[in-house]
Parts: sequence; C-alpha cells; structure tokens
Amino acid sequence: MLDRAPPEAKDQSAEATRPVAFRGAGFTSGGSRYSGWIALALVIAIWQLAGSAGWVNPLFLPAPSAIAVAITKLATSGALWQHLSWSIMRIGTGWIIGTAAGVVVGFAIGLSTMARGVGITFISALFPIPKIALLPLLILWLGIGEEPKIATIALGVFFSTAISVYSGVDAVPRNLIRMAQSFNVPFHAIVRRVIWPGALPSILAGFRITASVALLLVVSAEMIGAQYGIGAFVLQAGNLMQTDQLLAGVVILSLFGLAVGKLINLLETRLLHWR
Amino acid sequence: MDLIADHISHRFGALDVLDDVSFTVRAGEVVAIVGPSGCGKSTLLSILGGLLRPSKGGAELRGAPPAGSLNPLTFVFQDFALLPWNTVEENVAFPLLHTGLGAGERRAVIDDALRRTGLTDFRAAYPKQLSGGMRQRVGIARALAVRPAILLMDEPLSALDSQTRELLMEDFVGLLADGAMGAVYVTHNLEEAVRLADRVVVLSRRPGRIREIVTIPMTRAQRGTADARGAMAALQGELWSLIRKEAIDAEREVQHA
Repeated sequence: MLDRAPPEAKDQSAEATRPVAFRGAGFTSGGSRYSGWIALALVIAIWQLAGSAGWVNPLFLPAPSAIAVAITKLATSGALWQHLSWSIMRIGTGWIIGTAAGVVVGFAIGLSTMARGVGITFISALFPIPKIALLPLLILWLGIGEEPKIATIALGVFFSTAISVYSGVDAVPRNLIRMAQSFNVPFHAIVRRVIWPGALPSILAGFRITASVALLLVVSAEMIGAQYGIGAFVLQAGNLMQTDQLLAGVVILSLFGLAVGKLINLLETRLLHWR
Repeated sequence: MDLIADHISHRFGALDVLDDVSFTVRAGEVVAIVGPSGCGKSTLLSILGGLLRPSKGGAELRGAPPAGSLNPLTFVFQDFALLPWNTVEENVAFPLLHTGLGAGERRAVIDDALRRTGLTDFRAAYPKQLSGGMRQRVGIARALAVRPAILLMDEPLSALDSQTRELLMEDFVGLLADGAMGAVYVTHNLEEAVRLADRVVVLSRRPGRIREIVTIPMTRAQRGTADARGAMAALQGELWSLIRKEAIDAEREVQHA
C-alpha cells in the first residue's frame, strides 16, 4: 500500500528566501528575421551617402543610385535580357549535363565497390583542377562556339555533384538498408525508396554548391571568349571604364545567385519536409 | 515452422564472436538470448535472420511457414529503422509494396496492423513527430503486416524509458499470447527475458557459446499475476548468477579494449 503525503506548500520559516539566479542566457543559435535586411540597407545607405557627398570617386565606386539607373537602362534597352539569356542558356545546359552525369556516376560509386575503386581515384585526381584552365583545350577540341563554355560548366558541376551524391549515398543509415533487405525488398526498390530519399539532403546541398560553381564558370568562360553574356558584358564595361555598368552586371549576377538559392530552398522545403 | 541454429560460429577478422552455437526455436515458441556485453547476441540474430553469413554452420528452417506469411523471419530493430521521409502508414506499407498484394488487400493488412498496435489515429504522422515508444510500435506494426512466423527482436525495448518498456512488454505478451507467432528475443535485460520467453539461451562471454538453455516453468499468462512475482525474481536471480562473473569479465575486457 502506498503511503501518500499531502501536497506541500512553501515552507513559511522565518529565514528569508532568495530566487535562484538564472545562468542559462546566451549561446543559442538564431537571430532576428529582419536583422540581415536592416544591415544590408544600412550599408547601401552609407555607400549612397559616400557617393552623394563626393567622399569617393564615382569612377572607382559608383553610388547605388547610379547602379540602379544603369540596370534600368540595360533593362529598357533590351541588352540586359540579351546578355542574361545567353548566360542562363549556358548555365542551364552545362548544369543539367554535369548534374545528370554526376548523379549517375555518384550513385555508381556509392553502390558499386568496383565503380568506387575506379571512380574515386579519377575524381580525386581531376577534381582539384580549376576547370576554367581546361577551356583553351576544350576550345581546341570542340571549336569556338558554345560547346567549350558549356563543357567547362558541365565539368565543374560534374565533379561536385558526383562527390555530393556518393557522400549522400554513404551517409544513408545502414540500418535502413538492412531493414529493407530483411523484408526482401528488391535492390532497385531499395535504391528508389531508401537510398535516393536518404541521399537527397546531401544531393540538394551539392546543388547549392554546383549552382555557385556554374555561375563562377559561366562568367569566367564568357570573359575569355563570348560576345554576349553577363561575363562578357562585365568585361566590356570594365575595359571602357563604365564602372556603373560593370557593377550593374555584378548586381545582376548576385540577384541571379540569390534567385537560384531561393529555388533550391523551395526544393528543399518541398522534398525534405520530413526533416 | 522451426528455426534451427546449426553449429553457428562466426568471426570478424581475427575476432572470434560466436563458437558452435546450436539450438532450435520451435513453432510458436519464444526464445530469449541473453549473455554478457559483446558475446555475439545481435550477431547471432543477424545470422538467424539471413542478414549475415556465418563463418561456419548456418541457420535452417524446418516446416512450411503459416499460410499467408509474406516474410516468415521478420526483424524488429532496436533503433526502430523507420524511414523518416515516410508517414506511419507508408512505413507499415513499405514491406508490402513488392509482395504482389493488391491495393485493397494491402489496405486491409495495413489497417489491421495499425489497429493491433494502436496506431490508427497516427497513420499520417511522421516518425519525428512520435515518441520512442510509438516509433517502436510502428516497427512492430510493420513486422505484423507481413504476417511473420518468427519475430527476430534485437533489444527492441532498450532505447526506451522504463514506463514505455513496460507498456510495450504488455503489447508483446498480448501479440505472442495465441502462439501463432514465435520469436527470438535478444536482450541484456533478464526481467524481459523471464517475462516473455518460453526458454532462455544463456551465452558465455566472447566468443559466445551456449552456456545453458533455461526453460521458464510458467505460462506467460501466469507470469502476469502478482503471485508469480517471487518465482520470476528467483528465475532472474538464477539467470544472473549464470552470467554475473562473465558479465564482469566482459565489462573489464571492454574497458581495456
């Protein structure tokens, strides 16, 4: 039989009490939702003030308003869309080719011992090479058209994708694979229903990296050999000392990168909602 | 259907893990495997379930599985092994997707498994939304869905708190009550072994050999009564006396490793 005690009230003894001091503040992640935007607005305001007050030479650093005017002019003249569409075409084609090949090779390395032995050796040897250094060779092989630029982007995307895919496959908890095997689930279904979704966080993280790599490579490739494209436009503006145009191109690249980042965020929200 | 461990020995590299282990799990029987840490209990279960190829000997089946059994030897895992991207219902459906069952039949099997484990109201939840006990219930529902002849349970309660363990143990007792399904129950918890098993296989420290096979001289229904507590405590004491010294030696070995 349980010996039940009555509920206890605070002890009313004569001695004074004091609250236990709180010591758990700080060291927590997270921050204000708007702090980043406020900081950005502040930097732009100071930059504008510096330009308007004549503290900096507009040739070296045009004011944000001048850059905005340059972007508006580019947009209304149609030049912006012409350059942007060429860059998007190159990035899109190169990224899709590099990603498709990287996913296939990454899965092969992740799933096959033999492919792993061969694949990792080649990837380790070739991954560190700056892909833009191969552009002259690719021009020699593929001609001076779009192919070498697209191939450069595809190569850059391929290696990062392959690495993120096989890392993702490796990171799939082995207990889930053993569980599926214990129910006699066929190999192809284990790949589709266990390994693919398990590797997806790593694959999408890889997409974020390869989107930046593609942007970097398209600008570099366009600077080396293109008439149209944001990289070519930035180079031409620089050669003509049109720094407002140059920075307009840089801002457009930044916005493009942000848009791709948002797209990947959306993909993650949709595909990784279970996390 | 009987499951036979036939002179199973296993080694990982230079490390002998199991040495000549033989016993039979008869149809509908619950056999617990206990022993000191590192004695190869989980390795033995993996071999019995066909997930690991032994160095010597093997696991064999005798007799036909029950009619309608889709996976006669079915695991319940210590860490639940649920697909985090699937809902409770999808996790239970997972082993049925490649069995040739029609959609209607599959739905009926899933509904039945969810009902038996009290998960009907949680079918749309994701594993991360569930407590440890509820996650293990999903693991049990998934196992029940394939109508196993023998459940292979690898410390299924060890990741849970004591209250949840108690509740799930009651569930296990209920599920195994009619003898339609047998089980091999690996545990380090002697109370669980005595509560659930018909026989307890006691392994020695590594390399695991069979030290004793102890029969529990009570039905599971009797063990749930207050009168049986003294006898069960005595059985636990006897089992503990069998493995105590080896458990101490194994513990020291692990610490020195």
